[in-house]
Amino acid sequence: MKYCPMQTGNTGGYSIDIENAVVSYREDIALRGVSLKVNRGEFVGVIGPNGAGKTTLLTIVNGMGKLLHGRVGVLGYNLASGNGRSLRKRVGYVAQAQNIDPRMPMNVSEVAMIGRYGRLGLFRGAGRHDWAIIEKSLALVGMTHLANRPIGHLSGGEQQRVAIARCLAQEPEIFLLDEPTASLDWKAKADILELVKRIHDEEGLTTLFVTHDLDALPHTCDRVVLMKDGLIFGDGAPDKMVTVANLSRLYDLPPDVVEERHPHIHARGH
Amino acid sequence: MDLSIFGYPFMQNALLSAFLGGITCSIIGVFVVLMHMPFIGVCMSHAAFAGALLGLWLGFNPMLGAFAFSLGAAAVVGPLADRGELNPETSVGVIFSLMLGLAFLFMGLMTGPKSAALELLWGSILTNTRSDIVVLGVVAALVVGIVFLFYKEIQATIFQRDMARAVGIPATVMLYSILFLTGATITASFSSIGGLLIFSLILNPAAAAYQLTYNMKRVFFFAAAFGVLSSWTGLLISYLFNIPSGATIVVTSSLIFLLAVIFSPKRKVKRWRKKPVLEVNEP
Repeated sequence: MKYCPMQTGNTGGYSIDIENAVVSYREDIALRGVSLKVNRGEFVGVIGPNGAGKTTLLTIVNGMGKLLHGRVGVLGYNLASGNGRSLRKRVGYVAQAQNIDPRMPMNVSEVAMIGRYGRLGLFRGAGRHDWAIIEKSLALVGMTHLANRPIGHLSGGEQQRVAIARCLAQEPEIFLLDEPTASLDWKAKADILELVKRIHDEEGLTTLFVTHDLDALPHTCDRVVLMKDGLIFGDGAPDKMVTVANLSRLYDLPPDVVEERHPHIHARGH
Repeated sequence: MDLSIFGYPFMQNALLSAFLGGITCSIIGVFVVLMHMPFIGVCMSHAAFAGALLGLWLGFNPMLGAFAFSLGAAAVVGPLADRGELNPETSVGVIFSLMLGLAFLFMGLMTGPKSAALELLWGSILTNTRSDIVVLGVVAALVVGIVFLFYKEIQATIFQRDMARAVGIPATVMLYSILFLTGATITASFSSIGGLLIFSLILNPAAAAYQLTYNMKRVFFFAAAFGVLSSWTGLLISYLFNIPSGATIVVTSSLIFLLAVIFSPKRKVKRWRKKPVLEVNEP
């Protein structure tokens, strides 16, 4: 690793090491004691119903969520309220496709450049080196031809590609994806997924991928985590986790209904 | 046309005030327009108005009251805009009406002639003194300086606040600085343009600039240019026809906005992109 850990927690070589994390928003408890260890280079899928705490799990990894209890170690740092921002610069975060004002006066490469800003810090402008990184990032996601277009003129799928380019511009070590393919059409979904997987492999990232797209899990993830009611209740290989029995518990549906809706998921793991 | 009037110090003061106020208000306006928070601006300008009237009523400097009230409004409204917890439109609406109510309450409680209060309502750029200009100049320098120094952080915050935070930019600090500058700007240009009218000088030039370009730096530049153009043209018309300057400045800025909408290249986007409907051949 390029960085020397200043505040070494006992993270034992894990990229992400969460121990008994409790997070609450007002009265609601979003995470009720979650522990998760992710090795460097792993691609971990997170599934579960809405409100299970999946997004909250991602926000504690990039230091945007506030811990009530527990400990979060990321890239060898113990996350505390003070160092969240410096850590965030090394963690790429892609959220769902946002509604971008079609008249927004920014073009594609300027939006991707925002990924560099955190690293540059205050009072430093983007130099030739930074623009070269943007050029490379846009090429990686196949957006070079649209680099000078206003961001608001792109389709949802293209905007997500730009969001991924922005993350790449951060030169991140961890990649957090919060339903990046939600609300995209069928083809864009598949394209983005493929892109994410390719970038994960090529750049040697550690990836946490929250999704509702059950079909995508087996051939993208090394591991799948099942979340419900702020707890992790399953963690293992995709084909062991994505089973009729587990999905039935996860989504409170009778097993035959799960089978009916996802006929290609076999009743393995019983 | 007799333009010798421009040789008089009071007119030079007015021109300088119009220049500084035009630049500052319209740069603040770019934030207001791009961050989709016009109502917050309205709320803060009315809060400033109420604060100034409180000062007039109780006999302290109206500028202090205006500054305190507009910052107070920002402190209440800022977190709402930041977290998006409550419906901000509703809460801002409540605060806005409260401020207007307070303004008229203070005005009602005032004894004696109300001309000073009405002057705050409509503004009186022609009576601006050197010290007014110094205040305006300091605020203008502050606003322009901060935009230059923190342009990239501001750009990211304007684009998507959450995303800016996620890449490690202090987006919350940026948002509150912008709200603080809005309060300072409103307070400083308040006596020139007037409490009820200042918001249009904030909104209109920026909204006009927004119609014309996809480049954010140009939006700032055009907005400032339109702000100065509105202020100077308004001042000239006000002098020629002997009508209140605040009103002419606002009407001019509205006309500029109207022209920008008519000639906006952004209106044509939809038409360019229209494609023929795909025909599906059924077997």
